[in-house]
Amino acid sequence: MSSRETILARIRGALADVPAEEGPEHVAVERAYRRSHLEPGQDPVELFAERVADYRATVHRAAPEDVPAVIARALTERGVGRLALPSGFPTELLPGGSRQWQSEPLTVPELEALDGSVTLAAVGIAVTGTIVLDAGPGQGRRALSLVPDYHLCVIRAEQIADDLPDALARLDPARPLTFISGPSATSDIELDRVEGVHGPRTLDVVIVEQSVEQSVEQS
Amino acid sequence: MSDRGVVWLGSPSFPEAARTALADQQLRTNLRRATTTIRDKRLAVAAELDDWEELRTAAEAIKRRTARHLDRYLLQLEEAVTAAGGSVHWAGDAAEANRIVAALIQATGEREVVKIKSMATQEIGLNEALALEGITAYETDLAELIVQLGEDRPSHILVPAIHKNRTEIRDLFAAEMAHWGEPAPEGLSDDPRELAEAARRHLRKKFLAAKVAVSGANFAVADTGTVTVVESEGNGRMCLSLPETLITVMGIEKVVPTWSDLEVFLQLLPRSSTGERMNPYTSTWTGVTEGDGPSQFHLVLLDNGRTDTLADTVGRQVLACIRCSACLNVCPVFERTGGHAYGSVYPGPIGAVLTPQLVGVEQAASLPFASTLCGACYDACPVKINIPEVLAHLRAEVVEAKRHPLSPEALAMKAAATVLDSPRLLSAAQKAASLGGRVLAREGRIGRLPGPLHGWSDTRDSPAPPAESFRTWWRKNREGTP
Amino acid sequence: MRIALFITCFNDTLYPGTGRAVLTVLERLGHTVDFPQEQTCCGQMHFNTGYRPEAAPLVARFARAFADYDAVVTPSASCAGMIRENHPVLAEQYGSTSLQQQVAELVPRVYEFTEFLTDVLKVTEVGARFPHKVAYHPTCHSLRGLRLGDRPLRLLRAVKDLDLVELPSADSCCGFGGTFAVKNADTSSAMLADKAAGVLASGAEVLCAADNSCLMHIGGGLSRQGSGVRTMHLAEILAGAEGEKR
Ligand code: SF4
Repeated sequence: MSSRETILARIRGALADVPAEEGPEHVAVERAYRRSHLEPGQDPVELFAERVADYRATVHRAAPEDVPAVIARALTERGVGRLALPSGFPTELLPGGSRQWQSEPLTVPELEALDGSVTLAAVGIAVTGTIVLDAGPGQGRRALSLVPDYHLCVIRAEQIADDLPDALARLDPARPLTFISGPSATSDIELDRVEGVHGPRTLDVVIVEQSVEQSVEQS
Repeated sequence: MSDRGVVWLGSPSFPEAARTALADQQLRTNLRRATTTIRDKRLAVAAELDDWEELRTAAEAIKRRTARHLDRYLLQLEEAVTAAGGSVHWAGDAAEANRIVAALIQATGEREVVKIKSMATQEIGLNEALALEGITAYETDLAELIVQLGEDRPSHILVPAIHKNRTEIRDLFAAEMAHWGEPAPEGLSDDPRELAEAARRHLRKKFLAAKVAVSGANFAVADTGTVTVVESEGNGRMCLSLPETLITVMGIEKVVPTWSDLEVFLQLLPRSSTGERMNPYTSTWTGVTEGDGPSQFHLVLLDNGRTDTLADTVGRQVLACIRCSACLNVCPVFERTGGHAYGSVYPGPIGAVLTPQLVGVEQAASLPFASTLCGACYDACPVKINIPEVLAHLRAEVVEAKRHPLSPEALAMKAAATVLDSPRLLSAAQKAASLGGRVLAREGRIGRLPGPLHGWSDTRDSPAPPAESFRTWWRKNREGTP
Repeated sequence: MRIALFITCFNDTLYPGTGRAVLTVLERLGHTVDFPQEQTCCGQMHFNTGYRPEAAPLVARFARAFADYDAVVTPSASCAGMIRENHPVLAEQYGSTSLQQQVAELVPRVYEFTEFLTDVLKVTEVGARFPHKVAYHPTCHSLRGLRLGDRPLRLLRAVKDLDLVELPSADSCCGFGGTFAVKNADTSSAMLADKAAGVLASGAEVLCAADNSCLMHIGGGLSRQGSGVRTMHLAEILAGAEGEKR
């Protein structure tokens, strides 16, 4: 008997107390928890901005037409000049100037030689301050937003889900997903969080507001 | 019994190992500091969710559903992973899992692998097994790196180096990093930021060069074949997306039925483990993706005592564990003794209920007794494992397994049971105790005692029994019958 | 209402004053309390140490002794917890269906003393006076087992002239754990040392709790240190008496 058969047989033997007619659906799962932890009337974009900033990522909010300027300012502030640019990233969002944009395909050593990456996101999660990348257009393969030490992520306000249940429902598990909540960090020394280990040590998030309002910058 | 790993051979019993640990003042200070920090953080983020109890209830139910139909979910998972281009392997015990992983690595022609922290591979002793095959496994999680560099043992399931403080870590990095690759920078301080930076530099080349990675899994979704790793540092992302081959070893109990079930666990896990609303990085993948990440994906499903655990209708609930470590962090025993005293890769309350079930109660007979049954673990557990209930259950199994009618404890328990089942004998015993106690007592207290009670009486006085028991008083004063 | 006192074997033998205190309080409130003499022990020590077959007859004895009462009141949170949680388990494992039935009917009528006062009698003011600084230690079985919550504190706050002081790290275990204190004496002592330090830091003259077993342990440590802090069961404070020497 193969190990597969042995293990399956052992499982069935171990579950002798489970009635044969019982199916998984007969084991009740009460889902009395909230679909969202947003307070009534609370603005998800506002909360998202707050919660991302809690992880010591920097949040910028911008009207669509101001995005290139906001990105330009962030890159200048960080001293980031050589950047990975995923295919499908909307060129109208890119600032001009003397920056070097490296397009895909990019090998890992090529990525390692760059200062940072600029990507879009698939979904945001307000309650947890999380951005999710699904390697879709404008996001690149997973290595692109991982290997360079700086990551700037542009997310549209309407991509921000209230909470985790809604976010998971919007995502396609068949794609490789990366949930990012702040820059890389560790709690391994005395169980106290410090930022900056193997992943990008600096994370900037630019929220593109739906309406053309005055852009607010917060950090 | 086949080779299951889990316990460290030759480890002393818990009380003995605890005595050594308790004498280590530095360890006590490190543990107290770390556990106090994390407890407050956990309480604060759990309190943010007013439906925390409902989430726990749902998590418990999802895990119960999974366990009761485990065969079905594993087959579904196998099918989904295979359909997405991955390969699934089944390992009955530690030795078989190690053989499978070694063979998979050898097939790539590589002799070095990078590893993400994983309890399953700790449990089976994978690194040691690979070393025998001439394969070096580099731990990339900061705490695992600290353990590996120090040739130490993990003492916590989430933060295996919790027993070390920043200064000890600095010294270790300065002394050992050079032997494994990139040395520690000159003049390294004990600032955690600098230590994290040193780890980043030390491992950077390894990540970029690695062709094979080995990981564990936090969850695997049966209906989609999606595997999940929850982490903080980005070492997980490096291992999961840069190498060509990814080998994931996971216990069979890690499967969850559906993608949407993750909405429960991904809320509970980070808040319970590191006390964060969300951990920095969670990666999910389904088989292989053309042009992104490994082109070979192997999933090794590990039994290693889990089906024995499943067969115990009370002990089964322990398989729901999501390895958050909240129970360790709140445990008053763990806080004093640290993890090494448990003699197993699974320390603390979860270890006390899991280790004996994985390896058999005779192999870990002192662990179910390493608890006051205070219940702090049960309150903290995000999947509502009733750890005190399982501890009491396993104690009975230990007693049955080791029952020798002439052991001093069994004799005492038997005698006590006889006395306690008879008001007349109890009354007589109370009179004898009263007389005897008053002989021993000074100023109403009994000091040091010989024999098995010396450990008790080393630090505590005992009360002298009163002149008469309550039942005697009642008979005299309320019934008028002396 | 026919009320029975379940004194517990431990209190019966070592702390009869606690039983008398329960009588005093309940009688002061106008109730009659009986003491069925067939009672002995709830089986907790045997159960928690793994000797289940030995504990089983005690379950049957308990069910017999208290079958005829409307309420069984015990001044021990851990014994109340044992009965509520584990008597049904033992009855199922070792007992007849009729015992299971008896246990199922009896268990909801078993109350820990402060539960009985606050939930059944609905009183918090029991006419006590106790002019001392008192700290309350919520034992694990009171806090996480029975979930007594603030019931004991409500009762204590209503005691005349009592100065209730805060106990640091109140909710952490004192390290007793029954046979744990013997089997793992070193770890138990380390936990005790921290608890005793908390008691001393509180400035209390008296430490009280809803369980004498933990109090014996903490009091034993405080006594060995020569601290002068006394331990008293909550019932003894509510009885307005100073309790006997311990
Ligand atoms: S037993 Fe519960 S609290 Fe402990 S590690 Fe497992 S899930 Fe976390």
